[in-house]
Amino acid sequence: MKQRKRIYYVFVMVTLIVTCLMVSAYGRAGTLKENVYQVGQLKPIDSVPKLKVGDKAPDFALPAVSGGKVSLSLYREKKNVVISFVPAAWTPVCSEQWPGYNIAKSIFDEYDAQLIGITVDNIPTLFAWTNQMGKIWFPALSDFWPHGAVADKYGVLRSDGVSERALFVIDKKGIIRYIDIHDINKRPPLDELVKELKKLR
Amino acid sequence: MIKKTIMFIAVLAIGLCVLYSVPLAAPKELAKGDALPTMKLPVPQTAAAKSYLGLTAGESFTVSQIKAQVVIIEIFNMYCNYCQREAPLVNELYRLINKDQKLKEKIKMIGIGAGNTTLEVDIFKKNYQVLFPLFPDEDYVIHEAVGEVKTPFFICAKKNPDGSLKVFQTTLGSFRDAAQYLKQVVTLSGL
Repeated sequence: MKQRKRIYYVFVMVTLIVTCLMVSAYGRAGTLKENVYQVGQLKPIDSVPKLKVGDKAPDFALPAVSGGKVSLSLYREKKNVVISFVPAAWTPVCSEQWPGYNIAKSIFDEYDAQLIGITVDNIPTLFAWTNQMGKIWFPALSDFWPHGAVADKYGVLRSDGVSERALFVIDKKGIIRYIDIHDINKRPPLDELVKELKKLR
Repeated sequence: MIKKTIMFIAVLAIGLCVLYSVPLAAPKELAKGDALPTMKLPVPQTAAAKSYLGLTAGESFTVSQIKAQVVIIEIFNMYCNYCQREAPLVNELYRLINKDQKLKEKIKMIGIGAGNTTLEVDIFKKNYQVLFPLFPDEDYVIHEAVGEVKTPFFICAKKNPDGSLKVFQTTLGSFRDAAQYLKQVVTLSGL
């Protein structure tokens, strides 16, 4: 009888270990190469909008990875502006979105638009992250300190301190013409943005 | 009592095993020896691309209709950094094949942009001056059929006498050396 019990114990333990191994193996299979950190599925939107189409875009001046500060007013009367807020460096969807924009400069040029990328990361982190994308043609700005202040002004600061995945199209007069506070887990298709840029012509 | 508890734990563990094996079994990456899944693609607009693939008019075609003995399919994503870095190397492979009078009629290349729209694929094509036809897979239909692979992913398939295609090599990530890779393709396919 005692021996039967022992067999049961061994059986249960082996089953549990196998289960654990299978679960961890599945998790590993989903990871990407190199330094991209898997965040899992997040709450699609976690902020309250503060701006709407037709509002004047709040001005800001933020430090750029390339040095100096970049302000929105720099482009007034000169260029349309597309602001791309992405949640954080080294995360899955963001690590794709900007490299995509990086090979689409001709599209932005066609509509006389300047792309500005903003995250709440500090400059060294942003430097390392954008560096491995190759040379980026648009300014990458750090909204690190005061933490997420610009994201907050634009109503896209999430409760955990990162920003939403959001796009703002601002015309040459500084008026917001399009807002897309996107599901943080998904990449916004470029087609939508192009459609909106076309309207500025 | 102890026996009952042990039985309960055992049943629970087996149940969990079954539960977790479901997602484990779901995406099976396409591999050597597999039949190439049917890939329905739109007939390209340009005459050059149509003639390269040996297609006549029509709305759509399948990979098996491509006039070639071997087809190299790159699953890429316009947004993927690795695919961008690989693009010059893939172009070099295309040039090497087309420089060889014997191989150029036997091996054809296509690219499929997983989750990309036509616009996104066109941006990639223009930016890297890709000379072989690229197709969008906006709804990830083909990407799912090949086992939701990471990108870039290269599939080399050979035509069977009945026109169907069999995969003889797959490569995840960079193939590093175009000349070496082509040599491998020629050897493995027995061209």
